[in-house]
Amino acid sequence: MRNRILALLLICVLIALPTITRELGEASLLALATRILIYGMAAASLNFILGYGGMVSFGHAAFFGIGAYVVGILATHHASGEPLFGIIPGTDQMLVTLPLAVLVAGAFAAAIGALSLRTGGVQFIMITLAFAQMLFFLFVSLKAYGGEDGIIISRTNALPGLNMRDKATFYYVVLAIAVLFFFGLRRLTQSSFGTVISGIRQNERRMAALGIPAYRYKLYAFILSGMGAGLAGALMANFLRFASPDMMHWTKSGELMIMVILGGVGTLFGPFLGAGAFLILETFLAEWSENWPFALGLILLVVVLGTRGGLQALIDRVTALVRGGAK
Amino acid sequence: MILVLEQILNGLQYGVMLFLLAAGLTLIFGIMGVINLAHGSLYMVGAYAGTYVAAETGSFWLGLPAALAAAAVTGLAIEALVIRRLYNRDHLDQVLATFALILMFNQIIVMLFGRSPVFTLLPAAFDGSVEILPGLFYPPYRLLIIGAGLLVAVGLYFLINRTRIGMLVRAGSTNRDMVRALGVDIRLLYTVVFGLGALLAGLAGYMAGPILAVQVGMGEQILLATFVVVVIGGVGSIRGAFVAGIALGVIDTCLRAFLPGLLRNVMPASEADALGVGISSMGIYLLMALVLLIRPKGLFAAGS
Amino acid sequence: MRKKLILAAAGIAALMSGTAMAQDPLKIGMITTLSGPAGYLGQDIRDGMLLAIEMEGGKLGGVPVELVVEDDGLKPGNGRQIAEKFMGDEGMKLLTGIVFSNVAGATVPDIVNNDAIYISPNAGPSNLAGAECNKNYFVVSWQNDALHEAAGAAAKKLGFKKAFVLAPNYQAGKDAINGFKRTFGGEIIGEVYTQLDQTDFASEMAQIRAADPEVVFQFHPGGLGIAFLKQYAQAGLTGQIPMVLSEPSTDAVVLNAVGDGAIGIFATAHWNRDFENDANLEFVQAWDKKYGRPITYYASQGYDTAKLIASALAKTGGVDDLDKFREAVRAADFKSVRGDFKFGKNQHPVHDWYLLDIVAGADGKPTAVTKDKLLEDYGDAYADQCKM
Repeated sequence: MRNRILALLLICVLIALPTITRELGEASLLALATRILIYGMAAASLNFILGYGGMVSFGHAAFFGIGAYVVGILATHHASGEPLFGIIPGTDQMLVTLPLAVLVAGAFAAAIGALSLRTGGVQFIMITLAFAQMLFFLFVSLKAYGGEDGIIISRTNALPGLNMRDKATFYYVVLAIAVLFFFGLRRLTQSSFGTVISGIRQNERRMAALGIPAYRYKLYAFILSGMGAGLAGALMANFLRFASPDMMHWTKSGELMIMVILGGVGTLFGPFLGAGAFLILETFLAEWSENWPFALGLILLVVVLGTRGGLQALIDRVTALVRGGAK
Repeated sequence: MILVLEQILNGLQYGVMLFLLAAGLTLIFGIMGVINLAHGSLYMVGAYAGTYVAAETGSFWLGLPAALAAAAVTGLAIEALVIRRLYNRDHLDQVLATFALILMFNQIIVMLFGRSPVFTLLPAAFDGSVEILPGLFYPPYRLLIIGAGLLVAVGLYFLINRTRIGMLVRAGSTNRDMVRALGVDIRLLYTVVFGLGALLAGLAGYMAGPILAVQVGMGEQILLATFVVVVIGGVGSIRGAFVAGIALGVIDTCLRAFLPGLLRNVMPASEADALGVGISSMGIYLLMALVLLIRPKGLFAAGS
Repeated sequence: MRKKLILAAAGIAALMSGTAMAQDPLKIGMITTLSGPAGYLGQDIRDGMLLAIEMEGGKLGGVPVELVVEDDGLKPGNGRQIAEKFMGDEGMKLLTGIVFSNVAGATVPDIVNNDAIYISPNAGPSNLAGAECNKNYFVVSWQNDALHEAAGAAAKKLGFKKAFVLAPNYQAGKDAINGFKRTFGGEIIGEVYTQLDQTDFASEMAQIRAADPEVVFQFHPGGLGIAFLKQYAQAGLTGQIPMVLSEPSTDAVVLNAVGDGAIGIFATAHWNRDFENDANLEFVQAWDKKYGRPITYYASQGYDTAKLIASALAKTGGVDDLDKFREAVRAADFKSVRGDFKFGKNQHPVHDWYLLDIVAGADGKPTAVTKDKLLEDYGDAYADQCKM
């Protein structure tokens, strides 16, 4: 009950955010909020395999970047009028680009996952990293799409009936997608599929003994997770109107992982909290001092040493304490 | 022929560097079960501290003990203040904590030494290049690195196989819990291992100074390749780190040097170059993926 | 409600005290890279600008200014976020500072489409120089390709016929080699693309020695370039095979870090410390007095950018009338420390390029000495595609 009130309150605040930021004269906070929602989705996708499934992917930025490049490449061909591979016409319609980005990211995740999931533990971490780095080098050498400099997308993808150039409109589109994404993810984790995935993390052998093909289930989870990251990447490309290889660099994979750990591994809302905390810290610390990386490092260190289970665990403990005190 | 020989020497030198870093990392990983992303920071600390002392005193050799001491002390401090609290925690907490350390160390270096890369002294006796075989000129400083690396390898071999500490290390990398159950002071062992790893990283950093650029973030440049070596060699195995380090160094160097040329025999030059560079820059990752698909635990996994 | 009232009251007060408002300094937003290995680039650009402002007593062109600096961490997303804040929350109309092309790619289009002026003190990527040029976008430094075209012209002028070229395997590296080829005209007997994160070039040294070219051209930014030059010297190639470099490979910080190994190299530049025009003498003297560290050309570009802004502000008194201000910037009515300067059709510089020798200075450290003019009134290859 309490949670439901909190969730409702949060949604109200998120809906009112464009008005609030305008009144405060801090319109750029809206851009920050948009980025947090997008990164939150990417981190939550990673968390689905990392937290629920116990598969630590250190190459998740690859799918994020692929999602972004699908939007970028389609926009390039739309602008030039030349079809991709001579057959696929470019487009700037979001109703086409987003699903396509999700599908392409899913296809890459299927290929990478099928190979990587033959290993486990540290080897899995490193092999996912290896594939992501290979893709990074591939896109760096793609001259037709700007190589290292990336693709500039001249305008945000269109949605019928909406003015996507308006920042508040774009924010609402992202918010709507994020809310749908969040509830979809919740259903997924509570479904029998989600239970199996959690079960495999806890004891793969027992699940196998129950006659559940663990490899196949893990692969499905990996693909879904890649698709989620691809969706976030496609939205990010629309937001920045830019796609570049550094979106799939290993440091970006690391950042996504940091967001998940910071927020709380294996929690539904944690990755959004983690993305928010990380981006807000980065933004405001950089404003405060040019030595901000030191402060950011210190705060992260204190959080990880002081809280077990990230921000979500911290909040749970505090609310439990408050509730205990109220009794 | 001369060219091939020279490239193999180059590969050997690169491989030795990778080994020095990977040896510490694989021990920390295998014995303590800690993923230490800040290993590259120790490499950077060694490079900066040694370079600073060398510049102040004007002697390359005085910089060496300074580099080793600075890296080891920093390593011990990290172990006591941060890592020790993470032994029983999830790998992911270790990743976050050591990532935080990277951010802090990089910025501390900026605050102390500024943002510009610093000049490093080359010992006068090892300047330039000498003719080691007819027609083969080679920088003696690189030979020094190869020599130092091989010496460390031999030293570690004796340490691991002939001493009591080494015995514990071997036992620890095979079965950590059993060593603890036998009543060994595991905490001391951990501190020794971490300090040793830091020392080797500092050595690598200082020796790399005259060849590479001593600058902020230099540790992260080589960190990834080091992890690749650790994983290919098998976590916890010094022997694996040595074999994988040298192999990776030689293969990487030879791919870069000869692949475009070989491909040019079978296809047009521009395509050959593009493909050659593409394959060789993905080379170490391809290699790792292949090794792991065939031997999921690496070449010399401890305890297997 | 109360908040709104206060806001309204503040608005009225502001209207009534219009004169007081004019006294507030004009805010100039600077998005730049201060963290990571490339942090010194942003730092020097910033310090160059701050120097120019300080020399005028906190003003540019008689208008009090405040430089608001923020670190983009070399992340395109962060650059974009900062721009949004500068323009949206603080109402800035004039932005500058970006060091790297990929940050510029994500940030500049948003600025110029938002009716703000962006003046680049460093990055001049080709994807913003041609068809995508914009009336609100000015580049004070150079177009990226021109850097390497100057190196090609130098190799040609020095009479070399056979060159060996190397660059990292990414777009900027390929642009560098194409730029070099465009003006060199001789034979390329070896073309090697190195890995993006490669720090050990021993294998390339062996290939260079085996190919035995007349001249080597290589482009490796920052720390990679330092490593390349050190290893070139250690391989005994310096002095045997001459090397021609473009400007980013030989800034004062690189020379300082490489040491003796840099002596004997041919460098190219649009600015050098020893230029003897009045503007530069004043700049060098003020820099040495204030900072006492080597001046890089990044600092000169930051300084030039501030001087350009000053020349425009002196005419307009502010940026309230954007059309007037834009006209004033385009006129480029200032004394650049590099000498002659004017804007081309795409609002990128048209200026001269020089050949420099790297020699041992009075203190034994490598120093760049200007030798010859290579290219006169040189623009860039993309200006013709710009429809402006």
